[in-house]
Amino acid sequence: MARIVIDTANHIAGYAAKAARVKVVAAYPITPQTTVVEKIAEFVETGEMDAEYIRVESEHSAMAACIGAAAAGVRTFTATSAHGLALMHEALHWASGARLPIVMVVVNRAMGAPWSIWPDLSDSLSQRDTGWLQFYCADNQEVFDTIIQAYRICEDERVFLPAMVCLEGFILSHTYMPVKIHDQDEIDAFLPPYKAGWILDVNNPVTHANLVSPEWYMEFRYKIQEAMENAKKLIPEVDREYGKRFGFEYGGLVEKYQCEDAELIICTMGTMGAEAKIAVDNLRKEGLNVGVARIRVFRPFPIEEIRKLAKQARMIATIDRHISFGMEGFLASEVKASIYPLNDKPLVAGFIAGLGGRDVTFKTIEEIAKKAWKWLDAGVVKKETVWVDLRE
Amino acid sequence: MVTIKELPKEEYLLKGHAACAGCGPSIALRLLFKALGNKVILVVPACCTTVIQGPYPFTAFAVPLQNMLFEATGAAASGIAAALRIRGLEDVTVVGWAGDGGTVDIGIQALSGAAERETNFIYICYDNEAYGNTGLQRSGATPYGAWTTTTPTGKKERKKNMPFIMAAHRIPYVATACPSYPLDFVNKLRKAKEIKGTKYIHVLTPCPTGWRYDASKTVEIGRLAVQTGIWALYEIENGKFRLSPPSDRLIDKSKRKPVKEYLTMQERFRHLTEADIEKIQRWVDEDWEYYQALTSMERCF
Repeated sequence: MARIVIDTANHIAGYAAKAARVKVVAAYPITPQTTVVEKIAEFVETGEMDAEYIRVESEHSAMAACIGAAAAGVRTFTATSAHGLALMHEALHWASGARLPIVMVVVNRAMGAPWSIWPDLSDSLSQRDTGWLQFYCADNQEVFDTIIQAYRICEDERVFLPAMVCLEGFILSHTYMPVKIHDQDEIDAFLPPYKAGWILDVNNPVTHANLVSPEWYMEFRYKIQEAMENAKKLIPEVDREYGKRFGFEYGGLVEKYQCEDAELIICTMGTMGAEAKIAVDNLRKEGLNVGVARIRVFRPFPIEEIRKLAKQARMIATIDRHISFGMEGFLASEVKASIYPLNDKPLVAGFIAGLGGRDVTFKTIEEIAKKAWKWLDAGVVKKETVWVDLRE
Repeated sequence: MVTIKELPKEEYLLKGHAACAGCGPSIALRLLFKALGNKVILVVPACCTTVIQGPYPFTAFAVPLQNMLFEATGAAASGIAAALRIRGLEDVTVVGWAGDGGTVDIGIQALSGAAERETNFIYICYDNEAYGNTGLQRSGATPYGAWTTTTPTGKKERKKNMPFIMAAHRIPYVATACPSYPLDFVNKLRKAKEIKGTKYIHVLTPCPTGWRYDASKTVEIGRLAVQTGIWALYEIENGKFRLSPPSDRLIDKSKRKPVKEYLTMQERFRHLTEADIEKIQRWVDEDWEYYQALTSMERCF
């Protein structure tokens, strides 16, 4: 029976891995991810979860073990954060290149130096080009639902790529919220057992990932790009089906709030997207037509949806919990690139906020929107990248 | 003890592989399959075997092979072994097959982790004493004095004793081998297959390209390595050290050929002085005193 559990996003991620009937988990602890893998260890050791739990000696090995297990034909899961994710970087490429549908929870945390255990998205966004799907969650229920959805999407033969399900450290990872854990039979019906695209099989031996000459390598890369395009179509379909079955739906690639008549659209990710909804409600009371586009899926990037929004809005204000040094926030760049072919483009203003876990409340977002609105009235963006609440 | 005639005729390393002429590792690979058959899943990191298998869409391997990241053989094998356990496939042997770089240097963490977790697999280090695939740079397994492209005047440090490092993990089986003694290698592989847990076999595989000797001399060089005692064949089974037949008689120093015979056959050692050779001889003799002591112990690890 479906039930409500009040727990942290990290524990909820453990519940989701169990509900997805994951068969091999390989993981290494790192704050603030640790309680994900602790919860799963508890499930496995108490027999609640029928899986092998490999307690590896590093994150690089965690991903390598997942690659091995997925290649040998079972559903795999891992979780990490920040420096652990960076240590995995090489293996992330290998997982996507091998077309293995591994699902990994990334509990977002800022990168050092200096050390910080608090969140921003620089860990996962730095892995943008590794060929992984990237989902960003706004609350604990979405964490559960996205993990289940991610397996369904990744294991589709039109995709066969790994996925990161990202949630912000402490803001979600250690925060209790009520979450509906759906009925196991219904989850099983939505997510059938893993059917591998290829497998290490002694009766049908293949040499996998051997040396590929320039004559062939590009085709392998093209196939990944094609799979990303397929995923872009599949994600909204899966999300809609999930919504019908379980009552939770997240807008597919982009969650839109009050966007229909919005002149100014705030475009952001993760929990700032949830916070921005409150800001929008308040701003609308003041007569400002503002909406929110929360980018739920960063890879594949929802170019077409951004274009649609851009045709109707006069300005897009991006808020990044991340900076690409020497350039601007990733989201600002991606939005600008998406709308470039349009003849009649809205203004785009980029805001950097909340790095290293600095609090970004709805009030902060209201101030950002008001600043953007002034530029909208003036018809010009006065500063391309604004660092919000910077101590100078 | 198996005889040559009893070895299966099937070949799972196919003709047309891309190894250099006289490649020691390719001989070892062929023997690996003679010993274990084809119910084997191979994990291969970046190493000479990356080339030996041949380029896509071809392969020289008639067993499933997963190419892996340089430093990740042990971890990937843990994943495969776990998946096989879940799937109830108990008759498939997981084999990590890695060079000395992927074992004693970059891969040691993942291998050590796999051993500590008692991963059920056979790990084989084929040791050509340098990074062969990248054109011969020094590794932690390169012996003292050897020329490589990154030690142009000879390596100044000694070879890392990887079998003993693995034995210190208290895994059930550690052995050394050399394809110049094929039956010894095959028997060790077959024994390893029957043991549950992590099994480690370190195989000295001469490399004509890197060691600078004529490609027809690979088997001879390997024999000399054993006969001079610079490479001892032994097993460490549940902590008990035992010299293997081709080596056990060499406890008697007079039965060991001088290391000079081995060293002077290879151009990588040609710049060695007499003093260098004497030093290496002294180290080998000390090693054998140590082996003798270990042989008398009930458990050395």
